[in-house]
Amino acid sequence: MAAPTGYIGRPLKRKEDPRLIQGIGHYVDDLRLPEMHHVVFVRSPHAHARIRSVDVSKARSAPGVVLALTGKDVKGVVGPIPCAAVIPDMKQATRPVLAVDKVRFVGEAVAMIVGTDRYAVRDAADLVEVEYDPLTAVVNPEKAIANGSPVLFEQYKDNIAYRWELEGGDLKKAFAEADKIVKERLINQRLIPVAMEPRGVLANYQPGEKQLTVWSSTQIPHLLRTQIAAMLGAPEHSVHVITPEVGGGFGSKLNVYPEEALVAYAAMQLGKPVKWIETRRENFQTTIHGRDQIDDIEVAVKKDGTILGLRVKVIADLGAYYQLLTPLIPTLTGLMMCGCYKIPAARMEIIGALTNKMSTDAYRGAGRPEATYLIERALDLVAAELQLDPAAVRRKNFPQPSEFPYATPTGVIYDSADYQTCLDIALKKSDYKKLRQEQAAARKQGRLMGIGLSTYVEICAMGPSSAMPAGGWESATVRVEPTGMVNIFTGSSPHGQGQETSFAQIGADVLGVEPDDVLVTHGDTTAVPYGIGTFGSRATAVGGTAAYKALVKVRDKLAQIAGFLMKEEPEKLVFAGKKIFVKGNTKKSMTFGEAVGAAYSAKSLPPGVEPGVEATTFFEPTNFTFPFGAHVCVVEIDPETGDVKLKKYLAVDDCGNVINPLLVDGQVHGGIVQSVGQVLFEEAVYDEQGQLITGELMDYAIPRAADMPWMETDRTVTPSPVNPLGVKGVGEAGTIGAAPALCNAVVDALSHLGVRNIDLPVKRERIWRLLQKSAPTASRRAR
Amino acid sequence: MAVEIQVRVNGKAYQHSVEPRLLLVHYLRDVVGLTGTHVGCETSLCGACTVVMDGKTVKSCTVLAVQASGSELTTIEGLAAQNGNGGGLHPVQEGFWEKHGLQCGYCTPGMILSSVQLLKDNPNPSEAEIRHALAGNLCRCTGYQHIVEAVQYASKKTKARKTR
Repeated sequence: MAAPTGYIGRPLKRKEDPRLIQGIGHYVDDLRLPEMHHVVFVRSPHAHARIRSVDVSKARSAPGVVLALTGKDVKGVVGPIPCAAVIPDMKQATRPVLAVDKVRFVGEAVAMIVGTDRYAVRDAADLVEVEYDPLTAVVNPEKAIANGSPVLFEQYKDNIAYRWELEGGDLKKAFAEADKIVKERLINQRLIPVAMEPRGVLANYQPGEKQLTVWSSTQIPHLLRTQIAAMLGAPEHSVHVITPEVGGGFGSKLNVYPEEALVAYAAMQLGKPVKWIETRRENFQTTIHGRDQIDDIEVAVKKDGTILGLRVKVIADLGAYYQLLTPLIPTLTGLMMCGCYKIPAARMEIIGALTNKMSTDAYRGAGRPEATYLIERALDLVAAELQLDPAAVRRKNFPQPSEFPYATPTGVIYDSADYQTCLDIALKKSDYKKLRQEQAAARKQGRLMGIGLSTYVEICAMGPSSAMPAGGWESATVRVEPTGMVNIFTGSSPHGQGQETSFAQIGADVLGVEPDDVLVTHGDTTAVPYGIGTFGSRATAVGGTAAYKALVKVRDKLAQIAGFLMKEEPEKLVFAGKKIFVKGNTKKSMTFGEAVGAAYSAKSLPPGVEPGVEATTFFEPTNFTFPFGAHVCVVEIDPETGDVKLKKYLAVDDCGNVINPLLVDGQVHGGIVQSVGQVLFEEAVYDEQGQLITGELMDYAIPRAADMPWMETDRTVTPSPVNPLGVKGVGEAGTIGAAPALCNAVVDALSHLGVRNIDLPVKRERIWRLLQKSAPTASRRAR
Repeated sequence: MAVEIQVRVNGKAYQHSVEPRLLLVHYLRDVVGLTGTHVGCETSLCGACTVVMDGKTVKSCTVLAVQASGSELTTIEGLAAQNGNGGGLHPVQEGFWEKHGLQCGYCTPGMILSSVQLLKDNPNPSEAEIRHALAGNLCRCTGYQHIVEAVQYASKKTKARKTR
């Protein structure tokens, strides 16, 4: 890789950090307004029950309480939760902001208490009397879609939200010509996102100006603003949404929640600021969950490992209601089910199941980790069945670099890649041959060592508008102030990704100024043009490109002005070192500030050029981008306890061109560890009554520092042709690549004992039981 | 039924009358007005609310304000001023900035104060010791690797400063 000549490509320290490391940034809960009121919600302890009555009269007269609302109070006043996903013949599973007749999951809000003191409203919530008639809870998704199951929505006869199919290629032929058909049931368990900052909303209404301001911990300020306006019946331009610091999202804040509309409604009713901060228990119960698929796979293969076809039947547990994108998420698994392999024919059937649980929706990767998991596990199952090396089976099925853009039978066009090189680097760097030798030696000593591979491709930079419910473009405005200071206003809404820094790097390079001269503003619907937001690894590829294009517009205008003043062709001018000069002749120059000043003083502008230095772009991508990579993972399992120790992790990723390698590494690390959580620890468990028994961090373990070995990272760089920056996106790569690599390693460690699959999470208890069943010799030998 | 408490926070004396059930973290955030200490779980599991009380880190979401009466407290806002660096950043803060030890920043104040405590107890920790010492602080963004590097940076920097 060539050394960067400008700021793009350099590991710059983040501009965000000084305020965050000193505790002087502001998350929603840190905001304080005069006369601010506080909110507590009363939530259902039942998974499925009819509501007989909700009596808030005692709470209403409790000290400090100013407002107490039930579902009946806001029915028809505050609209229900919007769902942007549309699937043909989909049933409606609409969530009211407060339950009216029925509750359908534990944690569903039935009443809202507003008062002057945080502790007092919490006391008052205990005075709310709710009478329920409990109903049988529908918890298991397979039972939920079976005949005779109790139904969540009585207007329908079953709990099947929808059936969705996708097929491409000649599947009959593939399965007829196969030497072997490899089958397995794979479980992608339900996960809880656990952003470290729970959700929070603060709203203020100024009746004179008729302006509602909502501060929310969200990834989508503009979409939220549109939806809040619709839910409250308020004109959209009277609603102002601000996202201050957002303490992590991972998709869980890519949504519209009841509390956002209700807190705004209460503020309008009271004419006072109203704040609600989610507790961690509420976060577990009522912020969206992720994954939760049962995937029955069938792979048609030739003896030499060539894959001919793939058939997958999915049961996707959607939970009780649709959140913003709930029904859509499993379909992304379908689009990406072929992974980075030339599979001529593929079919997926999805049944969406309604159950008495919190909704599933986009959680880091959103449908694609499920795809990668199933195809990467499939490749290992094929390798095991045919007694081939997993690396060899992968190599056999890669499309070659010359075949790009490559069209899959699922209708997706991969932009650019070199999967083979990426895998080769990973195998070489991890010394794969030697690892296999070590494994053979370990087995002789009764030690359980496993090596896992995954070669993944993901679909990022969401995306062309044709494929996105609310549009897939992104916006940016660039304004250079009269003093030469640069503002980039982006429609992206970062929440930890560091775009205040990476976009400043882009700005500095395009305009020839310093990153410190470039201020990136986001998450304020009044300051920033309408934007889509940050999710689906789109911020840099789509939002960054929008910023780049607006910057180029501004540079072109300044070149016109400078060219006019310098009597030079604008096309010959170069911007660098805060100067504008003629290419090859640095002597003939003017400062960046002088050109900007001329644009504002407007005394000597070229004919037809308007004063001011500002440009806006709405960038519409022509395709998604498809980052890829190869991960190698080594584990050792304690034969006595089933404990999995991660010994080594190597990730070779390709996210196209890199703006800031420090930030890219951070995204990769964090993504990997999130999937280590999925494979080893995390599982949202509802009991048969629909109680969430992993309802706190005590019961739902997310990875700690000591759970990880030192991760090695490397990169190949295959620029994306989809955008001028050549970037692909990296926010979800680690998560998508890591789960199958780790699970493959665990299964590999036990494969000589006849184990071919283990359901996630591969907890030590589960492994211990397998060891007891399948391999008494293994544990005996270890003693 | 309010109770009088007296504390010193970041070197400044405060005296307030508080409800006995008021949590220390709410006292610091809502009464003293220092919002750098974050609430992440209310059950002492995540460590976002970590502060230093009489020289030891505590999780301020499970300490009552009345229990802290008479104590000397340091929060993230007071760290820079107390490191003898002329009000510049503490070496641990510097490390987090240099090594990209934070993304969303929500766990960061607690993570930094726990790291400061570690280096006080063990100025030259191994990677394993760093990882062990941060077991009570959860981060969902970074995967911890850059945090480990941040602490290593601070350890080296502190040593260099002492030998100067």
